[in-house]
Amino acid sequence: MSKAFLIDTTRCTACRGCQLACKEWYELPANKTKQVGTHQNPPDLNANNYKLVRFNEHLDGETITWNFFPDQCRHCIEPPCQGAADTVEEGAVIKDEATGAVIFTDKMAQFSTEDLDYVRESCPYDIPRWDAKTKRPAKCVMCIDRVREGMLPACVLACPTGTMNFGERSEMLALAKERLAKVKKDHPNAMLADQEDVSVIYLLAEAPERYHTKAVAQAPARNTRKQLFASVRSSLTSVSKS
Amino acid sequence: MTNHWIDIKNADSILIIGSNAAEHHPVSFKWVLRAKDAGATVMHVDPKFSRTSARSDFHVPIRSGTDIAFMGGMINYVLENGRYYKDYVVDYTNASYIVSEGFEFNDGLFSGYDPKSRTYDQSSWKFDLDSKGVPKKDPSLKHPRCVFNLLKKHFSRYNIENVSSVTGVSKDNLQKVYSTFSSTGTPDKAGTIMYALGWTQHTVGVQNIRSAAILQLLLGNIGVAGGGINALRGEPNVQGSTDHTLLYHIIPGYMAMPRADWQTYDAYNKANTPVSTDPHSANWWQHKPKYFTSLLKGWYGENATAKNGYCYGLLPKIEKGADHSYMFLFDRMYNNEITGGFIIGLNPMNSVPNSNKVRKALDNLDWLVTQELHHSETTDNWHRPGVDPKKVKTEVFLLPSAHRVEKEGTVTNSGRWLGWHDKAIEPEADARSFGAAFVPMMNEVRALYKEEGGKLPEAITLLNWPKTYNPEYWTRLINGQFTKDTVVKGTKYKKGQQVPSFTALSDDGSTMSLNWLYTGSYTEEGGNKAKRRNPQQTKMQANIGLYPNWAWCWPVNRRILYNRASVNADGMPLNPKKAVIKWDGKKWVGDVPDGGWKPLSSGKGKHPFIMSKHGHGQIFGPGRKDGPIPEHYEPVETPIDSHPFSKQLSSPVYKFVDSSMDKLAKPADPNFPIVLTTYSLTEHWCGGGETRNVPNLLEAEPQLYVEMSPELAEEKGIANGDGVIVESIRGKVEAIAMVTVRMRPLKVKGKTVHLVGMPFCFGWTTPGTGDSTNRLTPSVGDPNTTIPEYKASCVNIRKADKLTEIEM
Repeated sequence: MSKAFLIDTTRCTACRGCQLACKEWYELPANKTKQVGTHQNPPDLNANNYKLVRFNEHLDGETITWNFFPDQCRHCIEPPCQGAADTVEEGAVIKDEATGAVIFTDKMAQFSTEDLDYVRESCPYDIPRWDAKTKRPAKCVMCIDRVREGMLPACVLACPTGTMNFGERSEMLALAKERLAKVKKDHPNAMLADQEDVSVIYLLAEAPERYHTKAVAQAPARNTRKQLFASVRSSLTSVSKS
Repeated sequence: MTNHWIDIKNADSILIIGSNAAEHHPVSFKWVLRAKDAGATVMHVDPKFSRTSARSDFHVPIRSGTDIAFMGGMINYVLENGRYYKDYVVDYTNASYIVSEGFEFNDGLFSGYDPKSRTYDQSSWKFDLDSKGVPKKDPSLKHPRCVFNLLKKHFSRYNIENVSSVTGVSKDNLQKVYSTFSSTGTPDKAGTIMYALGWTQHTVGVQNIRSAAILQLLLGNIGVAGGGINALRGEPNVQGSTDHTLLYHIIPGYMAMPRADWQTYDAYNKANTPVSTDPHSANWWQHKPKYFTSLLKGWYGENATAKNGYCYGLLPKIEKGADHSYMFLFDRMYNNEITGGFIIGLNPMNSVPNSNKVRKALDNLDWLVTQELHHSETTDNWHRPGVDPKKVKTEVFLLPSAHRVEKEGTVTNSGRWLGWHDKAIEPEADARSFGAAFVPMMNEVRALYKEEGGKLPEAITLLNWPKTYNPEYWTRLINGQFTKDTVVKGTKYKKGQQVPSFTALSDDGSTMSLNWLYTGSYTEEGGNKAKRRNPQQTKMQANIGLYPNWAWCWPVNRRILYNRASVNADGMPLNPKKAVIKWDGKKWVGDVPDGGWKPLSSGKGKHPFIMSKHGHGQIFGPGRKDGPIPEHYEPVETPIDSHPFSKQLSSPVYKFVDSSMDKLAKPADPNFPIVLTTYSLTEHWCGGGETRNVPNLLEAEPQLYVEMSPELAEEKGIANGDGVIVESIRGKVEAIAMVTVRMRPLKVKGKTVHLVGMPFCFGWTTPGTGDSTNRLTPSVGDPNTTIPEYKASCVNIRKADKLTEIEM
């Protein structure tokens, strides 16, 4: 049975404990950032941030809404990035059977920048990043080192409010359902984002785009994996050559 | 906190006002959300829509500095609409007391005001007493001069119309909060108020909290599960350091600082020990001489004897009315009245108001000792921008400090829980904890006094002082020990053994304790209870989240203060579903009761508010410097020049310091029309001296910003992310504009008033991040505490041509 996260954004206070716990566990260096008029910092996922709390605010009449979205790899059930990487080299992206964790391996160091961009483009959530110099892949690995030792992922352990949850997929789905039913009482449009396709399930109180443009996948109708990626790749290549 | 963190989950209604709990006390929201899960309504009243507001049921924007108007409106609403809990009000508060004829309130001033000294003669703020000296009461609440009717009259001016026009809160929002929160004025419901520095840092800070006390007493929300007035105290061990007297006005255990007009031990006790003739009033402070004597024994050991007044004569004594708070301290430094000193564990060059002045003041010192983890704006003051280090005379010593994880000891949390933390690693190089630096240093000073003498050397040489620092040793002494063999309730204790409880402390010199509140925390029977991590509890305790065997809590492990107010005269819980204590016919069960006496109906009981002289919750509360009932006054710097409550614009007794650098903008000054409020943020700690040196935290919040509404930004031609200059009459600060819908313009007295908000954690020693926001704020303070008015001052704002303090 694979593992899953439930990220209940209705409990998130954007304390960023998860964002920092991730950096601390993987000893990722700090980026030099600037204040550009938002609390969201660093501005985007990058080689040193596998996890980023995104802040989005709205004013509807006199009602203010401030949505927090702890963004990270969704560990897809059928990872498009794996399909994309397979077209370059089989085994560059693997899926751990026991946990469902999607892992970028050292084989990616052989990838050209174009290959890497291609893998990133394949992600419906725009997650993968690499260190520009070393090509160290940079994305959430489900704290597989911790999970294999029976520990919680660092971000889940750090969360004070119950936003970040982790466990057996069946348990997380049950918890998600239970929470959704409660949240729906006040927020009728509440939803579980892409729950069938991913191992990181977000509970959102309202429309996904009010959290983040890529909170849910904008996937085209599914072809077989190979077909899909072959076509995406050829079109990308032609664009880059033109 | 009257209650504790976990207890927040028991609330039916949560009013967060004067606090940004989710950002500054993140763990509090674990319990707020539990309450919400169970159906509680969470309301956030605050100038800014913050991460707290995002998780509340609704946010109510309010003009900073108008909380008493807001709370007064709610008190009026509760009284006018009969939403109070009548039995509780009559039985447990002083609502029925008759106030003496001489007490008056006219047009914003209470009786006894002297405009020359800006102080009140409080002698008329008193109750009529019967022949035995007990306050006269009218339980029917009909007497025109009973507290209840005076309160009603006082707050009748706080109608929705007036409150809305002053606070800028819409009438709808006022109704919504008032109606929701006052629904807890029944026995089966509880409401809690969570506040922090957003309430204290005003010239009316103490009265903000008084307004909460009055409201919670009216609603019967004190002493019950899910109720209370909960001051959220911070990671810097605010609770513990206050208990142990970080501030000048008290000595450990909330006893008064000795004063020049109390020259002897007897004079001190006489002036500070209240007397009640009511047999049903516990009047707990009657025991003060026992605690005071034990403290003196702790300080001077065997040298303290009955004959020498337990060395009371050796204590320093301050003049009556003298103010030694840091606002006045830095003013004296500015006036060359102080030549040297120690500044440890704080960064006043960033965190004290009017930084431009305090930075200059520090230059006047001949010598300064600091002990820090990192260089800060204080340790490096003489290197600050615009100053030639060669021209600053101060000799500065910077001692390396151990980090929190490099030392062991206790921390007291907001809920008064005493917890022990272990040392994770040894300090690096020569770094030491404060204790490990201070204990040997005092020994050097003692040696010098012994050798060379000086003025009153005995004050230092006779101290009961160890050779080296050991945190366990101090924890034992804080609890207290017997100084001779003693029998307590049949148990024999030898000299040097731990005192089991503060009821065993004595004023005959047979006990010593460095803080009576903590007696019982480290005993012969239980060891160091700060180390307890046992989740064991009874079913009744589990029901409301009480963990009596986890850590230890002052006083006597009582988790909810005033809990005798949660039961009726027979000792039965007013709300059986969330019972705190209960009389089972023979004994109390549940929490540790506020005194073990039988229930009131036995005739042997005591009124529940045991710390007040007469035993009742003080709706009318004499003793404060600015009045027995809260009254709205504008912040000292205000965008308006009159308000509907009285002709008294600002507090008649607020404190201030005076110098050419202490300018104040006049009321409604067109040059400074915008209200500034300042605050902390999750990612940085206080003045930022530590956290700016933690790269991952600086990554998340890298530079000084000013949050403003899109409406104000448009008016000023400022775009999101622009560099701006924020200016008060005292100084200028550079910041990055954060234009956000989370700041709303307010309608105040029919006109638009803009608010801006800035954190104060950035400073020049972290280059490119910005510099002290407190260059803007004024040195004016609350008359009771002298806490400065950081939360409301007046500024203007403009787009900057270029920035020098912030790297763009």
